[in-house]
Amino acid sequence: MGDVLLDIRDLYVEFKVYEGKLKVLNGVFLSVREGQRVGLVGEAGCGKTTTMKCVLRILPSPPGRITEGEILFRGEDILQMPPRKVQLIRGRRISMIFQDPTAALNPVFTIGDQLMTVIRYGSRNSLPKKEIRQRAIKALQEVQLPDPERILASYPIQLSGGMRQRVCIAMALSTEPELLIADEPTTNLDVTIQDQVLRLLNALVERRNTSVIFITHSLGVVREMADWVYVMYAGNIIEGGPKEELFREPLHPYTRGLMRAVPKLTGGGIAEGVPGRIPDYLDPPSGCRFHPRCEHAMPRCSQEKPPFLPVTGEHRVACFLYQG
Amino acid sequence: MGILKFLAKRLVFSVFVLLGLSILIFLISRVLPGDPVRMALGPRAPEWAVQQLREQMHLDKPLPVQYYYWLSGALRGDLGQSLFTRRAVIDDIKEFLPATMELALFAGVIMAVFGILFGAIAGRYSNTWIDNVVRIFSYIGVVTPSFVFAILFLLLFGYLLGWFPTAGRLSPWIQRPPVITGMVTVDSLITGNWAALGDALWHMVLPAVALALGGMAQEARITRATISDNLKKDYIASAKGFGVPERLVMLKYLLKPSLIPTVSILGLDFASLLGNAFLVELIFNWPGFSRYGINAMLRKDLNAIAAVVMVLGVVFVTVNILVDLVVAWLDPRIRLGAERGK
Repeated sequence: MGDVLLDIRDLYVEFKVYEGKLKVLNGVFLSVREGQRVGLVGEAGCGKTTTMKCVLRILPSPPGRITEGEILFRGEDILQMPPRKVQLIRGRRISMIFQDPTAALNPVFTIGDQLMTVIRYGSRNSLPKKEIRQRAIKALQEVQLPDPERILASYPIQLSGGMRQRVCIAMALSTEPELLIADEPTTNLDVTIQDQVLRLLNALVERRNTSVIFITHSLGVVREMADWVYVMYAGNIIEGGPKEELFREPLHPYTRGLMRAVPKLTGGGIAEGVPGRIPDYLDPPSGCRFHPRCEHAMPRCSQEKPPFLPVTGEHRVACFLYQG
Repeated sequence: MGILKFLAKRLVFSVFVLLGLSILIFLISRVLPGDPVRMALGPRAPEWAVQQLREQMHLDKPLPVQYYYWLSGALRGDLGQSLFTRRAVIDDIKEFLPATMELALFAGVIMAVFGILFGAIAGRYSNTWIDNVVRIFSYIGVVTPSFVFAILFLLLFGYLLGWFPTAGRLSPWIQRPPVITGMVTVDSLITGNWAALGDALWHMVLPAVALALGGMAQEARITRATISDNLKKDYIASAKGFGVPERLVMLKYLLKPSLIPTVSILGLDFASLLGNAFLVELIFNWPGFSRYGINAMLRKDLNAIAAVVMVLGVVFVTVNILVDLVVAWLDPRIRLGAERGK
C-alpha cells in the first residue's frame, strides 16, 4: 500500500437547530492510502455524508459547524487552509459523486454547461474552449453514454436517473482526481441498473488507480467494491480494517449485528438485525453511543467513550470488550 | 418553434379573456344605479336633450344591441365619446396613459432590481443581522399601502427636507420636450433634452419609489426564501465541491434557478402597480390614467369606464405573457413541457 492520502482525525461536527445543538459527528477517525478503496458502511443518518462534506469543506454552514479535529490531505490540514487553497483541491484532487444525481445536477443548466465548467475549473492549466468540449465528450464516452453531443445539449430532466448518475460519474472523474468520494452512488437508481453503474464505476477507478471512499449501507456492495472497510455508528467510526479480516471476524457488537441483518438466500426466515434505532443527536447517550442497544453493555460503557484502538494488526475497534 | 407555438396559443387565449372582460365590464357599468346621461347633462337639462343624447349613445336599445354597437366600434379603434370631456375616449387615453405607464415602468424597474438584490443578499446571508434588517423592512413594506408611503415621502422629502419636487411631471421653467411617446423621460431622451430628462427623473423619484415599495418588499421576501432554500441544495454543494469559484456558483448556478418564483410574482405585482397608482397620482398631482379611470367611475362615464378597464386588461394580459416567456426562458422544465405540447 502507498502513502497515506487522507487522514481524518477526531472530527466533531455540530448542527445548530431551533431546539439546540445536534452533536452529529463525535470524533471520527478514518484514513485512506494511495490506491486504496475504502468502504464506509452505516445506517442512514449516522454521519457518513456529513463527514465527506467536511473533507471538501462544503458542509452548509450555518447550520453545520466543525468544532474539533483535523483532516489531513497529504499531511496538510484542509480545515486550516485558506479558501483559495481549498479551491485548488476541490475537483482537481478530491471529487465527490452525490447520492441523488437528480439533486446534484442543476435543473436549469445543460449538462454541457455543468460538465464543461467542472472541467474548466478542474484542470491545472487553462484550456481552450474546444479542448474543454473534447474532454467533456470523452468523459461522457467513458461512462458509456451514447450520443455525447446530444447529451451535452440536454437538460437533466431529459435524461433517465441512470444516465444522470453516469453524467455525475463523468464529472467526478473528468478532472482525474487522486481521491474519489462516492456517496451511495446507486441508492437512488432502479435496482436493474444499480449493478451496471457499480461495475462501470469500479472499472473506471481500477483503470486509473484512483483512491476511493465508497459510502454505502449495503454490506454486499462493500464486499464487491472495497478492500478496506470502516463501520460507522451515530457519528463514530466503531470498527475498521482490511475487508477479509472484518468480514471473517467482525468484532464490534454493532458490526456483528449488521452482518446478521444481511438476508441469506438459503436458510429461510427473516434476518435478525439490530434492535433499536439510531439515537437522538440532540441528547445522545453518554459514553459509547451504542450502549443502549448493546447486548454486552457494561457499566463502564455509559461513562466513558471507548477509544478507537487496534486489536489485531490493523483491525481497529472502539469497544471496551477488547480493551482490558 | 416551440416558443412561437406557445406564444400563438397564449395570444388566442388572451383574446377570449379580453372578450369576457369586455362583456363583464359592459354589463356591470350599465346595471349600476344612476342615469349616466342625466348625470352628464345636469339636473336642469330639458328632457328632449336627455332623450337625444340617450338615442345618440344607443342607450335606448336593448343591452345586446348596445354591446354590439360598442364592440364593433372598439374593433375599429373607436371607443366612443366621453360624457364629460366630450372628446373621443381614445384621445383621453392617449393623453393620460403614457404618464401612468412611465410611472409604473420606473416603479416596476425599482421593484424588480432592488427587490431581487435585497432578497438575494438576505438569502445568501440568512439569519445574520443583514437578513433581519431586510426581513423587518419587507414586512413593513408588504403591509403598508403605497399611499401611506406617498404621504410620508411628500411630507418628509418634499416639504420638510425639500430634496424633491412635490407635484407634477416637470418644473415650470423647464422647456417641455415635444410629445412623441407621451412619456416625458423617453421624449426628452429622444430629442436630447438633458435638462428635461433630469428634471423628469427628479420628479419621478418620490411617486415611483412610493409605488414600488410594496411590490419590492414582496419580491425581496420571495427571493430570500428561494435563495436560502436553494443554498442547501446538493447542486450548489456539488458545484462548490468541484472547485467552481464561489462567485460563479452564487451569481450563476444559484441565482438563475432562484429567480423563477420571483419572476412569476413580478408580473402580478406590476399589474397591481397600475391599480395602486390612483392615490399616488392624486397625492403627487400626477396627470395619469388611474386618476382618469376613477373619475370616470364616479361620474358613471360609461364609455370611459369600459375603455379604462379594457386598457388595463390588455396591459395585464401582455405582462403575463411576457412573464411566462421569461419563466420559460429561465426554466427548461417548463420550456420543454410546452414544446411537448403539455
